[in-house]
Amino acid sequence: MFTGENIIQIVSGFLHWAYAQVGISALAGAIDPVITAIVMFGFISVFVMFLVWMERKVSAHMQSRIGPNRVGPFGLLQTVADAIKLTTKEDVKPVNRDKIPYFIAPIVAFVATFMGMVVIPFDKGMVVQDLNVGILYIIAITGFTVIAILTAGWSSNNKFALLGGFRSAAQIISYEVPLVLSVVPIIMITGTLSLSGIVEYQQQAGYWFIFPQIVAFIIFITSATAEANRAPFDIPEAESELIGGFHTEYSGVKFAMFFLGEYIAVVVSSAVAVTLFLGGWLPVAFLGFLHLPGFIWFLIKLVSVIYLVMAFRWTFPRLRVDQLMDFGWKVLIPLSILNILITASVWLLLYGKGAQ
Amino acid sequence: MTDLLLSQVKVGGESQFGTDEYVVNLGPQHPATHGVLRLIVKLDGETVKETVPVLGYLHRSIEKICENRTYPQCITYTDRIDYVSAMSVNYAFALATEKLMNIEAPARAQWLRMIFIELQRLASHLLWMGAFAGDIGALTPFLYGLRERERILDLFEMTCGQRLTYNYIRIGGVMIDILPDFVSKCIAFLDYFEPKIDEYEDLLTYNPIFLERTKGVGVISPEMGINAGVCGPSLRGSGIACDVRKQQPYLYYDQVKFAECIETAGDCWSRYKVRMREMRESVSIIRQSLERLEPGPIEAKMPPVLKAPLNSEIYSRIESSRGEMGVYLVGDGTAKPWKAKFRCASFSNLYVLDQLTKGWKVADIMAVLGSLDMIVPEVDR
Repeated sequence: MFTGENIIQIVSGFLHWAYAQVGISALAGAIDPVITAIVMFGFISVFVMFLVWMERKVSAHMQSRIGPNRVGPFGLLQTVADAIKLTTKEDVKPVNRDKIPYFIAPIVAFVATFMGMVVIPFDKGMVVQDLNVGILYIIAITGFTVIAILTAGWSSNNKFALLGGFRSAAQIISYEVPLVLSVVPIIMITGTLSLSGIVEYQQQAGYWFIFPQIVAFIIFITSATAEANRAPFDIPEAESELIGGFHTEYSGVKFAMFFLGEYIAVVVSSAVAVTLFLGGWLPVAFLGFLHLPGFIWFLIKLVSVIYLVMAFRWTFPRLRVDQLMDFGWKVLIPLSILNILITASVWLLLYGKGAQ
Repeated sequence: MTDLLLSQVKVGGESQFGTDEYVVNLGPQHPATHGVLRLIVKLDGETVKETVPVLGYLHRSIEKICENRTYPQCITYTDRIDYVSAMSVNYAFALATEKLMNIEAPARAQWLRMIFIELQRLASHLLWMGAFAGDIGALTPFLYGLRERERILDLFEMTCGQRLTYNYIRIGGVMIDILPDFVSKCIAFLDYFEPKIDEYEDLLTYNPIFLERTKGVGVISPEMGINAGVCGPSLRGSGIACDVRKQQPYLYYDQVKFAECIETAGDCWSRYKVRMREMRESVSIIRQSLERLEPGPIEAKMPPVLKAPLNSEIYSRIESSRGEMGVYLVGDGTAKPWKAKFRCASFSNLYVLDQLTKGWKVADIMAVLGSLDMIVPEVDR
């Protein structure tokens, strides 16, 4: 069957044949990661463009509008048009900005979220780098966005941006805790930190972790939405209060980088949710007769989870900053700790000591 | 190093590391102020210490302009005082002038005025609902509100050709009679609209986040409301009956059945609820008015030039979409008012903003400001 692993083999076979033709086989070890990175970047860029289009269509549908329908079929090229507009736009900069941090912040925001994609397994073997500490890596690397946002808020020299930056720091740090804690039960059950390993465990066990771990799934999706600064947790960029929040003073390409970073953060957190709770590349049981390749299943699940996150955004009002903190510290964290305790005790009762 | 730091910090006293107030200018250009209201907000972190509204960015001296225009010409300016509820202001001025000159509009004109003012109230409340929800972060209700408002504006356009500033209600009657199919279209709209109110309530009213943001926030106590001169739905949210339509009936409000909507909590949610219930009442008033509509003249017999008697003055009030709308006119025997003064609900409602937001968070300013239903041109005039 046509699986992700086959594709990787075919492509790498072709590449190595091509290296041999040009006579640079010796450099394969150095060139391979570069090519992977370029392919990954291309894929993510196109996928995010599709997501922006999808978000606009979803919101239009929920608000009984039509949405973009002028550029290209079904308005699919609208995002391309927007991207061209943003890149050719004048980069308006505040005079009293803190120059270096102001320049670096959007790059950090973009790169930090983008790096998260490195360990996401799209299919069996279809992963840039299958780290054995994959989950830890993702949590660590996406945590970098808070630095970018704080830097952006501070260096813009704008009161709204600074307020947005502080809110964001408080929010992301608070929601990092339940995010990590909600993943712990799955690590306890599977005994591995590798994302591919967790999917393989689900394959062997014959069930997805959303069923025993529905609470963890809800906590994870909520915290991930908050981490990505999406409504109803979008207080750092609350339009009606802080105008643009931390990116008030950014325009053109730099704004586009924040914007892309936000969407990539959604993709990464949804991809992690799919991998941990929805069986990654595994087919849906009752639709197994379709014989789709694994990465197609993965993308279907990914888009479904992202749709859920989008639906949140267009239905709910925004929480206030203190209510947000209360919700994080007084509801989500105790709940996730309770979930760990219950999972641990049930597992101990069922399988005894040392069970994996 | 630590000692040095500690020596500079005096516990419980004046320290060298004093913190300044964080002064933020919300407006005049800001997405949440619905126009060009400027709020100078003093913050302590996220907590609001003081909110000072700065007025005048939309001041067009309409009252002064009215002194140099004839009475019928003034009606055009009244449209601009509250462009979201122009019919009510048209009528407020027409009513004052009619009382000043002892003109009585014919019955058909009165019923038409009632229909249009109540349709206008629906349109205004719909826009308010969307903007209020948008202020606290829910973007979708705005589109829903505008979708239905569009159909009301279509009805207006069909009758008087305008969609925002109508100049429809004139002294002694209305501009033009309705088209033959207006009644059926209006009833069709009401039938379509009534279930939509349930839809908004499903989406918003008992949404946990919405409750969290509005319940107990910005409480206007009855005393505070009366002292500050709050009026309209904002005061009815505090449990005080103040509907001019009931207290001092004008038009034929005494001949239709409708309830005065009163909630007791006085918070943002109560004010929201009052307006949602008012929409249902307005629908019922329009239905009753359409039934009572009979053929007849639409304009009273009037002299070609309208002149107010010498040394005459009048203060008349109506219930506009935002609250009590008063018009004070002084006539000096000429065709122009010697003095025109508009008492607008938005201006008096804005007065409580500082008291309501003190000690709350930045986000609550938006919730409170939104729930007061303020229109900047009405504040500045």
